[in-house]
Amino acid sequence: MFTKGTKRKFSDPGEEPASSGDPGPAAPSAAARTLSSSYSLQRQSLLDMSLIKLQLCHMLVEPNLCRSVLIANTVRQIQEEMTQDGTWHIMTQALAAAQCPADRLVATEVLCRQTDAAAQAGQSPKPFSVVGLQEGYHSEEVVMEGDVETEVTMSSLSPLSPQLSSASYLTGPFEVGPCWEEEDEEEDHSESSEPSLMSEHSRHPALEELFSDVDPSYYDLDTVLTGTPKMGPYDLLESLSSHGPTALSSSSSCRSDLNELDHIMEIIVGS
Amino acid sequence: LCGAKLSNCGNDFQWCFSQVKGAIDEDVAEADIISTVEFNYSGELLATGDKGGRVVIFQHEQESKNRPHLRGEYNVYSTFQSHEPEFDYLKSLEIEEKINKIRWLPQQNAAHFLLSTNDKTIKLWKISERDKRAEGYNLKDEDGRLRDPFRITSLRVPVLMPMDLMVEASPRRIFANAHTYHINSISVNSDHETYLSADDLRINLWHLEITDRSFNIVDIKPANMEELTEVITAAECHPHQCNVFVYSSSKGTIRLCDMRAAALCDRHSKFFEEPEDPSSRSFFSEIISSISDVKFSHSGRYMMTRDYLSVKVWDLNMENRPVETYQVHEYLRSKLCSLYENDCIFDKFECCWNGSDSAIMTGSYNNFFRMFDRNTRRDITLEASRESSKPRATLKPRKVSTGGKRKKDEISVDSLDFNKKILHTAWHPKENVIAVAATNNLYIFQDKIN
Repeated sequence: MFTKGTKRKFSDPGEEPASSGDPGPAAPSAAARTLSSSYSLQRQSLLDMSLIKLQLCHMLVEPNLCRSVLIANTVRQIQEEMTQDGTWHIMTQALAAAQCPADRLVATEVLCRQTDAAAQAGQSPKPFSVVGLQEGYHSEEVVMEGDVETEVTMSSLSPLSPQLSSASYLTGPFEVGPCWEEEDEEEDHSESSEPSLMSEHSRHPALEELFSDVDPSYYDLDTVLTGTPKMGPYDLLESLSSHGPTALSSSSSCRSDLNELDHIMEIIVGS
Repeated sequence: LCGAKLSNCGNDFQWCFSQVKGAIDEDVAEADIISTVEFNYSGELLATGDKGGRVVIFQHEQESKNRPHLRGEYNVYSTFQSHEPEFDYLKSLEIEEKINKIRWLPQQNAAHFLLSTNDKTIKLWKISERDKRAEGYNLKDEDGRLRDPFRITSLRVPVLMPMDLMVEASPRRIFANAHTYHINSISVNSDHETYLSADDLRINLWHLEITDRSFNIVDIKPANMEELTEVITAAECHPHQCNVFVYSSSKGTIRLCDMRAAALCDRHSKFFEEPEDPSSRSFFSEIISSISDVKFSHSGRYMMTRDYLSVKVWDLNMENRPVETYQVHEYLRSKLCSLYENDCIFDKFECCWNGSDSAIMTGSYNNFFRMFDRNTRRDITLEASRESSKPRATLKPRKVSTGGKRKKDEISVDSLDFNKKILHTAWHPKENVIAVAATNNLYIFQDKIN
């Protein structure tokens, strides 16, 4: 466990996010445009952690929907904040460029050009264990102490470990979305009059992939097939509208081995 | 407020160890982990459900004349396998047999009835006693074999003979196939004829007699699942008004619905939400605001909600904020990142009222549980542990040190065992007797009668 906790705050423009025990070096103008690197690294590792959690939920017996929704909302919050301060775009571009193994090595090398402490954090073999996180935090704090002018560069935004880079999760068809996603082309998806916050982001290719996993509409198919009308009027309507071969054929499995296969195919095909 | 039978209403409770049920082994079998605890309406019976799908019912024995200062003990009354693991072939997923909730029905005759549910199926169980047996049938032998009718030469009247008390549990109704998502709550209505069951996205209303049909009364499933940002976390019927129920959400809101208003209660009658404190906003704000339990007071005038760090009491007539807020373990606020990482932040703690609604109780980590006296505003932290399990030993208050200097007998936040979580507690409806589930052990504590 941490001996000192770290409080995360929304970065208001003009307000520097606080880390515990640190009165904060006074750099108002820098704070307005540039977040402290330790904050952005912590935020990034939180994002990575969340994405892994979402991915792991595929392997469980049956994912806990409440937990998945809460984690997904957290990811969305981080993404919103990063979009607001412009780092989201930079990150996804950097990660897209780092898709090929060779590029990943480049990213690592760039990390190495920083101080040893940061590189160590980047090379940490187990970045998502508590110990790894602790090391990551502490080493970053050491680095940033005297380095107020450090800008948020591409390298400092790189994830802690190349193997577990966000690239795998955000870009490409790697489906890490929670299993509740429904792909049901039979249902009439009427255009919602007010674009929800989610739909804005789902235009972003990265998030589209994130949430593109399938919650089989065979949830409802199940009820129809077993022939037990044990549902209310709305359930029945739903199952009727979703019934059909499309539901089955368009569904992709939540299982990670098939996802791996898709991912590999995409790389080979080079899309 | 303070009945004659109840001890002082102030925090002059003196909780003493009474009993502990369950294996002492350090190695806990997963199936033995208790997943729900519930007293019946009289408090005579105490039911537990576990991850292995079993229900164990304890019965309060009469007080013995020799030791009048002890209220009687709870001993095993009945044990049965309520749910079995199932396999959903279409989704290739297992349906856990873990008992999520048990709710008793009010007693109407000699038998006892309870509802037990796992993720998908609710069952109505009848628990009845048999202490007589008929002997001397004409058409069958004592061992049940049919007798040849031609061999019967005389008729006799069967006689009822006493036998050792046998408690039988039989499933009377099975309410299945109505929930696509995981059932988190069941609640018996005050009309004693209907009950509701809630899963992540829907709430259904059942009649206890009818198993092949239920009414869907709440449906928050979005047309496009990509838009899903909120789920139902708990639901309960009002204790007196059979048309009113509430349900809580993962965003920290509670909706009160009136079934007279519409068949589908998607529009609430009341909406309870406390405005967020902007100074404590973090990426974890939403997660810790998610409500894990909601319980009406016995009076029906208040309701209590449990979120990750606090318990809140709401007046049903005031929607914009709770009337009381109690911090359960505020020292965890600075540890939220670690608790997110090890998934503890998703633990669902329950809460309960005492019989007179003057005190509330909820669990925490390290086998600690907390009690709050609503009148005196005093609170106490107690521990359910084998060490303090000497008969009639008074429980010592525990304290978690938050500052730098740790006093003697205090425990530091970093030493807390997050695997020892008390998620389920229950308070006797009439007396100061509490049941606390600590993983695979059930502790029963009593207040010393003054």
